[in-house]
Amino acid sequence: MVILFGMPLVQVLLFGFAITNEIRDAKVSIVDPTPDVVTHAIRNKLFASGFFIESEILNSQEEISENFRKGESKMVVIFENDFSGKMERGEHPTIQLIADASDPNTASMLVNYSNGIISEFNRGQQASSGFTLIIAEPRMIYNPALKGVYMFVPGIITILLMLVSAMMTSISIAREKELGTMEVLLVSPLKPFNIIAGKVIPYVLLSFINAISILLLSYYVFGVPVKGSIILLLAESILFIILALSLGIFISTIANNQQTAMMLSMFAMMLPTILLSGFIFPIENMPEVLQWLSLAMPPRWFIQIIKSIMLKGSGINYFWKETLILAFIAMVFIVASIRKFKIRLA
Amino acid sequence: MTKEVSIHCENLTKSYGSATALAGLSFKVSKGEIFGFIGPDGAGKTSLFRILATLLLPDNGTASVEGLDVVKNYKKLRQILGYMPGRFSLYQDLTVAENLQFFAGIFRADIKENYYLIRDIYEQIAPFASRRAGKLSGGMKQKLALCCALIHKPVVLILDEPTTGVDAVSRQEFWEMLIRLKQEHITILVATPYMDEAVLCDRVALIQHGEIMAIDTPDNITRAYPDQLFKIKSSNTLTAIRLMNEFEGILSAEMFGDTVHVSAEKGRINANAIKEYLSEKGMMASAVSEADPGIEDCFIHLMKRSGIVRKEKVNP
Repeated sequence: MVILFGMPLVQVLLFGFAITNEIRDAKVSIVDPTPDVVTHAIRNKLFASGFFIESEILNSQEEISENFRKGESKMVVIFENDFSGKMERGEHPTIQLIADASDPNTASMLVNYSNGIISEFNRGQQASSGFTLIIAEPRMIYNPALKGVYMFVPGIITILLMLVSAMMTSISIAREKELGTMEVLLVSPLKPFNIIAGKVIPYVLLSFINAISILLLSYYVFGVPVKGSIILLLAESILFIILALSLGIFISTIANNQQTAMMLSMFAMMLPTILLSGFIFPIENMPEVLQWLSLAMPPRWFIQIIKSIMLKGSGINYFWKETLILAFIAMVFIVASIRKFKIRLA
Repeated sequence: MTKEVSIHCENLTKSYGSATALAGLSFKVSKGEIFGFIGPDGAGKTSLFRILATLLLPDNGTASVEGLDVVKNYKKLRQILGYMPGRFSLYQDLTVAENLQFFAGIFRADIKENYYLIRDIYEQIAPFASRRAGKLSGGMKQKLALCCALIHKPVVLILDEPTTGVDAVSRQEFWEMLIRLKQEHITILVATPYMDEAVLCDRVALIQHGEIMAIDTPDNITRAYPDQLFKIKSSNTLTAIRLMNEFEGILSAEMFGDTVHVSAEKGRINANAIKEYLSEKGMMASAVSEADPGIEDCFIHLMKRSGIVRKEKVNP
């Protein structure tokens, strides 16, 4: 009953708040080798717009790529050397806008917004002092063609792994309860750990095969690159699979029949995976409450990890935090479900 | 004859919310005995069996099986129990042979070593060894379930309504197997709603509303029936019951299939008097005879008596 009546409310609220494709508070870093009045004026204009917040001031090419790999900013704005000097000499100084296009929608919007702000600045400058135009050079890294598939593949992998792993395990254990086979298993000398392990291992294999086939498909059919280490990618996938499975087991310790298990997994996993993980709707745009909530969503971390590996080619040192978070959540669910596993009926 | 005690229950109670399933059961079952629990649906048989199988916790009271407490020593107990739930609880999408292997596996039992226990039963389902368990007939399913519950050579076998929904021939075969198992000194606890199966047990407990009304050998239970019983064969049992309830000296008239069982105080009336009475009232050629009471008659008698006892308690 709670599910029946509560879930629609939650969904409406989630959709209402989370589904905004507008940009708000996107992290932007600045490279400004020769700060002067003009660059400051442009920077102020950018950050006053409300679309961006300043993340870091960077100094070198290495810092830029480091910054992107860590995912610390969505866009880096690079001012040319001797900016106002060039303006005074009548040359066209350039601003490079490098956007992280592993999320192509956000990237193109960021670039459009900043283009707009810069050309507005241009117009103002021309009217008042007749200075030459500033040229904005947008560049998309990680996904220069802005292919949507680059964004969808990590999300789809995540959703499918969640779906297969968590839903299938929770349903299969609930099925044992429903058909009464759990009754016989319980009377046997099997320990809860054995029962759970026996349920989980086949699904680990199954989900792993799924993950590999999605990766192969996206690589060969859609040309999504895997820039980083494949072994690392697979290892992270296994970690995520284990997490999803432990979530599934946890659900099945609560649900007594297949239907409840399915409803719970649908609502407890599918919706957050789609809505709160940053897969479709950028996390920065959500209300603060939902942003906090999304911190607890395993898919959010996993999507970040696979994007880093596949599109940015980063190594483990760039996302060990995310990995630890996933491992921690998995541990919590495993311990909770072994604790909660009932050695008796009812 | 004093035998070793296999199962010992002391004042067991269990209730679900406001519904009482067990209202303080106490009984002992000896080793190697076939002990039957006879009672209608909802009498508390399943709750009792689940407690004994360590699947439920009793609200009050203690129960031990083979000296092992069902609450504290459940882990040890689970190694020596064979339990067959009332509902078919094998893997429907595994074949017959796979189910057997699976259950042997989880008990770490060797099928070959214990095959002699199940040989007679398993040979009947062996022709279907590669068939999925879900596709078996009702009787076959129960035979397979029995095999799976026996494969680890349990010390105590707990069977919850093993013959419900099984055809008459299979039921008979099933019981023949149970009686054969007795020779292996396995204590067998069996619940059944069928009164005719009661006579096959060594001892039975008649259970109703979570209370035991009588525990004894089937013979002693029928012998304790205090009244004279008559069987009336009639093509119109309902009319016969109505008429007999108006007949003076009758204690009860109950329908048993196509016959009516009428009880009266001993020596008060005889079969001829009933026959004459019925033909006076226009009921034709009903065969009336004196009869020996069955377990079912005793059950109904005890049930009514306990009902009266309760009423007296309410209105002193």
